Amino acid sequence: MIEIFQYEFMQSALAAGIVASVLCGVIGIYVILNRIVFIGGGIAHTAFGGIGLGYLLGMDPLIFAVLFSVAAALGIGEISDRSKVSEDTAIGVFWAAGMSLGIVFVSLSRGYAPDLFDYLFGNILAVSWNDVKLISVLTLAMLVLVALLYKDLMILSFDPRYGEALGLPVRNLRLLLLCMVALSVVVLIKIVGIILVIALLTIPGAIARQHARSLKRIMALSILLGASFVLVGLVLSYQLNIPSGATIILAASGTFFVSTLLAR
Amino acid sequence: MTGASVVSIEDLSVNLGGRTVLDDVNLEVKEGDFLGLIGPNGGGKTTLLKAILGLVRPQRGRVLVFGMKTEAARKRVGYLPQKSLFDQKFPISALEVVMMGRYGKRGLFGRYSPEDRDSALDALSAVRMQEHADREIGALSGGQQQRIFVARALVSEPDLLLLDEPANGIDSSRQRVFYELLSELNEKMTIIMVSHDISAVSTYVKKIACVNKRVYYHNSKELTAEDIEKAYECPVEMIAHGVPHRVLREHG
Repeated sequence: MIEIFQYEFMQSALAAGIVASVLCGVIGIYVILNRIVFIGGGIAHTAFGGIGLGYLLGMDPLIFAVLFSVAAALGIGEISDRSKVSEDTAIGVFWAAGMSLGIVFVSLSRGYAPDLFDYLFGNILAVSWNDVKLISVLTLAMLVLVALLYKDLMILSFDPRYGEALGLPVRNLRLLLLCMVALSVVVLIKIVGIILVIALLTIPGAIARQHARSLKRIMALSILLGASFVLVGLVLSYQLNIPSGATIILAASGTFFVSTLLAR
Repeated sequence: MTGASVVSIEDLSVNLGGRTVLDDVNLEVKEGDFLGLIGPNGGGKTTLLKAILGLVRPQRGRVLVFGMKTEAARKRVGYLPQKSLFDQKFPISALEVVMMGRYGKRGLFGRYSPEDRDSALDALSAVRMQEHADREIGALSGGQQQRIFVARALVSEPDLLLLDEPANGIDSSRQRVFYELLSELNEKMTIIMVSHDISAVSTYVKKIACVNKRVYYHNSKELTAEDIEKAYECPVEMIAHGVPHRVLREHG
């Protein structure tokens, strides 16, 4: 098994997977505690519009995915906060509009879009060292933010209404959290793809929560779990020649079901 | 007690969702007061506390706390909400919940210091929950959780304590001890407490106001029968000097 990691593409895949696990472990538990799993789903799918635009302009699709996902985070957050539109409605609209834009952009580009499937379903084996650099920078930025705002995010997640009474800038902090989710989504697109992103972001945290009692321990356990899923998925997908993204998510969701049954 | 103004409300009106919840409210609370707010459900008691915290926007009128705008005064105010809506499985210890009350001292991006931890442990002792400091909040009973939230309101060493139905979830057998704790705290801070437990209010507070859209208050513990009838629009137990006696007139 060790020898398959002699290949350069396996090394970069493993590096990307481990960085992504750290990110999922730290951000994922906030997604769960703040009940914004489906906002995350909406943000991920909206990012597809950016992928399409990247193809159309002949530039790196991930750059535009960042723009679209952050716009979706702010858009869904603001609309559900200020207007009479409920949050799940806003999610649905952004989700579908983003996907539609992506499809239109891709069709307008008329070019050959060889790795479009990779953006949708992920292909960790196609991750380049450049991608690893990008996701490492984003992950580092997010770790710094969480470290600086640890106490504030705790209050926001536990009881935002009390946070407001304390003078915590609840609205802005929530928008910031949504933007952090948006950036996490972009990091994960290459690995598991738009459609499966939300699973990798939340499943490790959901399992860890069943077994650990404090937030920090949940984060640590999530990182270990995430890294294991990525490793298992990577090896299995290479040896059986099946899609890596789906293999990773199946490893994660299988563990989730077993853990949930055992934790009852 | 010097009798300095703690809360000063002038001509306050608050609309929520198109409904007038508070109308033409005037209220002065002085340093050292222990004010009980009574009144029917939906009468605006909780909204009045929120107005003092600056969590609702007044339609008209002015609220000053320690002579400052409400937002600026929040650091000096401890608050116990009526209901704390939170995930009972949230991975957090009682001590961590109490430390949240120190937010005002640290601000955004600030870190808790060892001093915050000590204050949180002191606040837990004050509500006699120190041995539960490391337990998960969800593993505690309703009454114990309520005491944790009181500790969270106390931990910032506030000069004004706002309590919304603090005895909720506390066994009736323990309520006396709880109210005695509040009386003790009142030696150090001004307290405004919402309650519909009128007998408790009458025993432990120093002054009573009746809230039903308007506030009926005479800067004392006594309310006239007229006040109570206006507030509740039906006969209730009337309180004077802690001795309840009935307003006898019944509806026809």
